[in-house]
Amino acid sequence: MPERLRLAADDGAMLGDHADAACAALSVRGMTVSYGEKPALFSVDATFPIGAMSAIIGPNGAGKSTFLKAALGLVPMVSGEVQFFGQTLAKARGRIAYVPQRASVDWDFPTTVIDVVLMGRYRSLGLLRRVGRAEMALAQEAMARVGMEGFATRQIGQLSGGQQQRVFLARALAQQADLYLLDEPFAGVDAATERAIIAVLKDLNADGKSVIAVHHDLSTVVDYFDHVFMVNVRAMAQGPVSKAFTTAALSQTYGGRLGAGQLDQLHPARS
Amino acid sequence: MAGFLDAVLLQAGYNAGLVTIGATLLGFAAGMAGTFLFLRKRALVSDAMAHATLPGIALAFLVMVGFGGDGRNLAGLLLGAGASALIGLYLVDWIVRRTRLAEDAAIGAVLSVFFGFGVVLLTVIQSLDRGRQAGLEDFLLGATAGMLMQDAVLIAVGGALVVALIVILRRPMTLVAFDPGHAAALGLRVGRIDLAMMGLVMAITVIGLTLVGLILIIALLIIPPVTARFWTDRVARMLLIAGCVGGAAGYLGAALSATAPDLPTGPIIVLIAAGLFTFSLFFAPRRGVLAAVLARRRFQARVHWRQGLLSLARAEPIHDPLTLRILRAAGAIRPDGVATDKGRALAAKSLRDERRWDIARAIHQDTALTGRYDGLTPIEEVFTADQIADFDARIGPPQPVGAV
Repeated sequence: MPERLRLAADDGAMLGDHADAACAALSVRGMTVSYGEKPALFSVDATFPIGAMSAIIGPNGAGKSTFLKAALGLVPMVSGEVQFFGQTLAKARGRIAYVPQRASVDWDFPTTVIDVVLMGRYRSLGLLRRVGRAEMALAQEAMARVGMEGFATRQIGQLSGGQQQRVFLARALAQQADLYLLDEPFAGVDAATERAIIAVLKDLNADGKSVIAVHHDLSTVVDYFDHVFMVNVRAMAQGPVSKAFTTAALSQTYGGRLGAGQLDQLHPARS
Repeated sequence: MAGFLDAVLLQAGYNAGLVTIGATLLGFAAGMAGTFLFLRKRALVSDAMAHATLPGIALAFLVMVGFGGDGRNLAGLLLGAGASALIGLYLVDWIVRRTRLAEDAAIGAVLSVFFGFGVVLLTVIQSLDRGRQAGLEDFLLGATAGMLMQDAVLIAVGGALVVALIVILRRPMTLVAFDPGHAAALGLRVGRIDLAMMGLVMAITVIGLTLVGLILIIALLIIPPVTARFWTDRVARMLLIAGCVGGAAGYLGAALSATAPDLPTGPIIVLIAAGLFTFSLFFAPRRGVLAAVLARRRFQARVHWRQGLLSLARAEPIHDPLTLRILRAAGAIRPDGVATDKGRALAAKSLRDERRWDIARAIHQDTALTGRYDGLTPIEEVFTADQIADFDARIGPPQPVGAV
């Protein structure tokens, strides 16, 4: 059975069960987000442990990206409460790096790879300070970590899809955050890029950083992640992959969209 | 011609000199402000805003006449223009947020309604016998004949302030224009930065009213950045180039219209900016039309060269005139179409490379490498010398062309 399937009204924010919020990288209580009348997310509770590689999975239109955006305050919540490291978003913002979907920007924008990566240093640069040697070194190190060191002055429109995704990851790395929120980092990238990105994320994780990624490919959940959150408008299941990533939870999250044969191939934990 | 030279050198009289300096500063500031407008894809919103200034001008005139003035106080008129531009901007925003209408529909509605209302008010003012109503319609297309020192100072100070604010805000405005989601996650207030950007554009619109007029100010905001985009791939340089394009258009346009007083200044400035745009469109390196045509022809020549060599290697007849011309020019065939020694050697190499690719596909599972086959990329760029030697070992010794 899924570990958790309940409304905020049952034991949500009003019961004050925030004992675990302080030791969670991200903790959400009763999050409801709505575009128009139809809720994209309804009364979602979720907790992502510090130092974990967490996946957010669910079918198309289940509200996975919306969950990240609402947690970061990019779309308004109808109700709910969000804490990062037990603090409000405003206090914790400097510890969070966000990697949006690659398709969300215009890649013909007149900017170069190094300039995009330096955008990650905005919080320390502020309005007028010039880019110093230390900032430049950080940006170059971030590019090297994603295998893009030779591309600094390339216009971003001349990159392949996988290279663009690497640049986005490098911008997040330059922020030197403790928590990395990634929206479908593997969507539409080549196999080599997927390997490079997961290697970087696992390195971050080994350094004690927390990673939360919206993920599409169920066949790699077990290999890549150790914590999973399943969502389909409501929170369906969550917990360690070894326990929560079960056939029962998957079929509940995805409904009839996954056949029994597909489910068996995923080698999820036996329920 | 001598008159134009005088005007360019600011020797065509006091008023013409003022107009030229004012137009240059306005053009520079408009080009910079327009760059972020263009990058944020809000160009049409600013057109709605410019048209929305007209009822404000007319109402300000009526209010000032009502209080017993002559209604021609420039600061008062511009204040009215700014206020009604703000209302127009807010309405566009409100319609997009609160209704199911898309932004283009909201822009069209606000632009036409405000402009129509303004024209009605102007007509009413014409029929009044109070105040000195003559000249209000100059705000439509700009007029410089009666420009005063204080107008020039207003443009100079306003333009300098706009440029200074753009320099201060360039980083957050760039972040918001490129990736608003990431900018917001960093803690930037995207709404406020957009508001600041539109405020700068509004300032340009209002101070440009006297010179360029409300109908054409959009051109001075948009043409310089799209022109600059042809020449650079970096925002910082684009800002500078757009400023210079706008400044040059203002300078030359004002000088030209000073020599031919019947020519309206605003439209002349816009036409000169359009000339710079057209030049860039055709002749800019890499992004220009000519560069694209040349790149296409170079590519075509490579394709024909390669196909011609493979045809030679397989002893197939070549009929395509372009292929024949290219092979002849490179000395691969004689004028009568027979392959030269050099041609035969190159052809044998091409055929051999095709066989190497076949082997490479068979033994290399990594499609990242074999996927780079496009018929044109030399195999030496993809595989190392020892890899190619390995392919050759499997193909066998070289065979002379035509011996098969």
